[in-house]
Amino acid sequence: MNELGSIALITLYPVTLFGAAVSFFGGKTRREGFVRAGERSLVLSFLLVSLATFSLVALFLRDGFQNSYVANHSNIDLPLFYKVTSLWSGQEGSLLFWNWLLGVYGIVVLLSNRTKNRDLMPYVTSIMLISMFFFANMNLLAANPFRSLAFASTGSMVPFTPADGRGLNPLLQHPAMVIHPPILYLGYVGFVVPFAFAMAALWTRSAGTRWLAVTRRWSLLAWLFLSAGIVLGARWAYVELGWGGYWAWDPVENASLMPWLTGTAFLHSVMIQEKRGMLKVWNVALIMTTYLLCVFGTFLTRSGIVSSVHAFAQSPVGAYFAGFLALGVFFSFGIVWLRRDHLKSESSLGSVLSRESSFFFNNLVFLVACFAVLWGTMFPMLSEAVRGEQISVGPPFFNKINIPIGLFLLFLSGLAPLLAWRRTSWESLRRSFTLPIVLTILAGVALFLLAVRHMYALICFSLSVFVVTTIAMEFYRGGRVRRGQFGEPWPRAIANLALRNPRRYGGYIVHFGVVLLFVGVAGSSYNRNVVEELGVGEELAIGGYSLRVEELEEGETPNYDFARASVTLSREGEPLGLYHPERRFYRASEQPSSEVEIRSSWKEDLYMVYASTGPNGGAVIQVFRNPLVQWVWIGGLVLVAGGIICLLPTKKETS
Amino acid sequence: MKGPTKGRFLIAAVVVVGTVVWLAFTGFEESKAYYRTVEEVQAGEAAGRRLKVGGDVEEGSIEWKDDGLHFRLTQEEHVLPVRYRGADPVPDTFKDGSQAVVEGKIGADGVLEAVKIQAKCASKYEAEYGAEAAETEPRYPGS
Repeated sequence: MNELGSIALITLYPVTLFGAAVSFFGGKTRREGFVRAGERSLVLSFLLVSLATFSLVALFLRDGFQNSYVANHSNIDLPLFYKVTSLWSGQEGSLLFWNWLLGVYGIVVLLSNRTKNRDLMPYVTSIMLISMFFFANMNLLAANPFRSLAFASTGSMVPFTPADGRGLNPLLQHPAMVIHPPILYLGYVGFVVPFAFAMAALWTRSAGTRWLAVTRRWSLLAWLFLSAGIVLGARWAYVELGWGGYWAWDPVENASLMPWLTGTAFLHSVMIQEKRGMLKVWNVALIMTTYLLCVFGTFLTRSGIVSSVHAFAQSPVGAYFAGFLALGVFFSFGIVWLRRDHLKSESSLGSVLSRESSFFFNNLVFLVACFAVLWGTMFPMLSEAVRGEQISVGPPFFNKINIPIGLFLLFLSGLAPLLAWRRTSWESLRRSFTLPIVLTILAGVALFLLAVRHMYALICFSLSVFVVTTIAMEFYRGGRVRRGQFGEPWPRAIANLALRNPRRYGGYIVHFGVVLLFVGVAGSSYNRNVVEELGVGEELAIGGYSLRVEELEEGETPNYDFARASVTLSREGEPLGLYHPERRFYRASEQPSSEVEIRSSWKEDLYMVYASTGPNGGAVIQVFRNPLVQWVWIGGLVLVAGGIICLLPTKKETS
Repeated sequence: MKGPTKGRFLIAAVVVVGTVVWLAFTGFEESKAYYRTVEEVQAGEAAGRRLKVGGDVEEGSIEWKDDGLHFRLTQEEHVLPVRYRGADPVPDTFKDGSQAVVEGKIGADGVLEAVKIQAKCASKYEAEYGAEAAETEPRYPGS
């Protein structure tokens, strides 16, 4: 298996290189034979990378500890499920998995464009193959997943197979961790498709709106995966890491947020190009930036140049990534420069009070946010380069910038749908906004009287009312028209409305999901926590709740040792149930891990952690009271549902 | 684009970017922390500033006391006593011998008052390079 995987990886090298060259040449000379050869190379590359990936999975399943990667990321007693997912638990496997996903996307693009976009496809194929080549290159030269263990003995290398592996990092032994990386990677890798089409369209001078139409679903799909991946990552951090939060502005988190910000800006700005023929350069640059940021994010986390809790160890892949990125930036922006004459705008921005201008501010602010996140993440390196000392910035820096930006975007998402293209008259403004503004002010005053005095939280909740009202008004207006026209009852009128124009109404549902997510995040302004050492029978109180330790026990399983507290939770004397926060020590990896208990309700979470065994023999228990966290996850689900609606084909009227 | 409209957009853009730059500057002043080695800290550099110091957690030095978690951070022959009283629980990866980065200010008694601890188990999950790693790895009984 080890040899098979190795051979597949090595063969991938010439195949991708040959395919990329022949495909490009075929496109340039318009010779179908070359183009077909390029496409066959892509199919072959996909098969080879699949072979390598499945070999590694097979090694995990068979406990092939002669393989260094398997020995370092698995052990005999690891549940079968996690043996498969160990594939992406380390650097070498992650890069291989990434490359496999590239292959999957490549095949799907190939199959769906057998008769369409024939002029663009040779270049698209070529770009996909070049990407695969670079990842194969990194796997072979810097992070080979098929290295065997061996030790030097009197001048020669003797292979050996350890009796058991070192185990999978216990933090990764969690269901969310099983789906979070693949989904996030599907997002990262997915942006290669719109990127490749944008490049191909530019190169062939057909960068009208066609490449946007071709790649609209692709970019939306990648964006959806990226969004879902980020929310799942936050969810994993919340339930598994045991610090009571879900977002810490860690470099790895920032790495996934940056392409999301530019990708979101792109999804909005393409509408301007479609409607008004503007912003052509901008859109091409945005999608290139998004894909390059995806690669950059991986570079950041894999190279170890920025220290992070969950970054992988320092390794030479950094240099290869830097090379790939530099070439990517050079070529993509070089092509934009070469084709700049082709990207002239057909019209110009209208009034400040117009739909276009709201998109302009949307894009400006998304980009500024992305730049701020990039700046903060890279600051330790930048300051070292400029001033010779490393200075880091913490969460206050990111929060200070991104909270106001987020609120501004929230405001825009309520404002924009009611603005007309080109110019909005004051009369129509007054008509559209009277109700939302009155409701927003009423909500703000009511919340203030209900003692919501945290400024940002208050603004966030009030703006949420504003956005929800404008979204509801849009659905109401559309539904009313359909009722008048077709006599449909309300539920069917709304459903048909969405299916007739899934992109617009799906978009509103995405916005609604974002509102819920913002409400959940704003709840964190009221987070509280207490930490105390408790013996059996002792109690701890937090915000109306009380928690009493009933029993403390210690024990062991084949995989880990544990210390566990059984606690009863009650609110104002009323019992709410028995909970078992636990602390584990995984023997194979010699790593402790907290198993937290969370009591969730729509109003707040009570989050219980067995922090450690205390100096007096009791359990050090930490309890967090986190209001409204549930809405972050619900908002994430609504956002994904809205995104799926956007992907639906438009339903034609059949009457 | 017409002159006055263009001007309005420009003003609006400048206001937005200017606000963000101002926010960035104040946020930076609030949260910047200087990376220092244990040796530099002991030489009395950068007292009064918020510091980030990295090192290994000295074996057997972790002690829970009433006034917080005490331990010593070592880097070669240099040792720095640390007291942690932060709001977050100590990370799972924090233990004897792990690599840790602590953030905080030096108190009057020379103890680093940490408000944040990050820790990772060096090389625990990453195979080291080539065969030398396996050679220096005594943990495999089957070899």
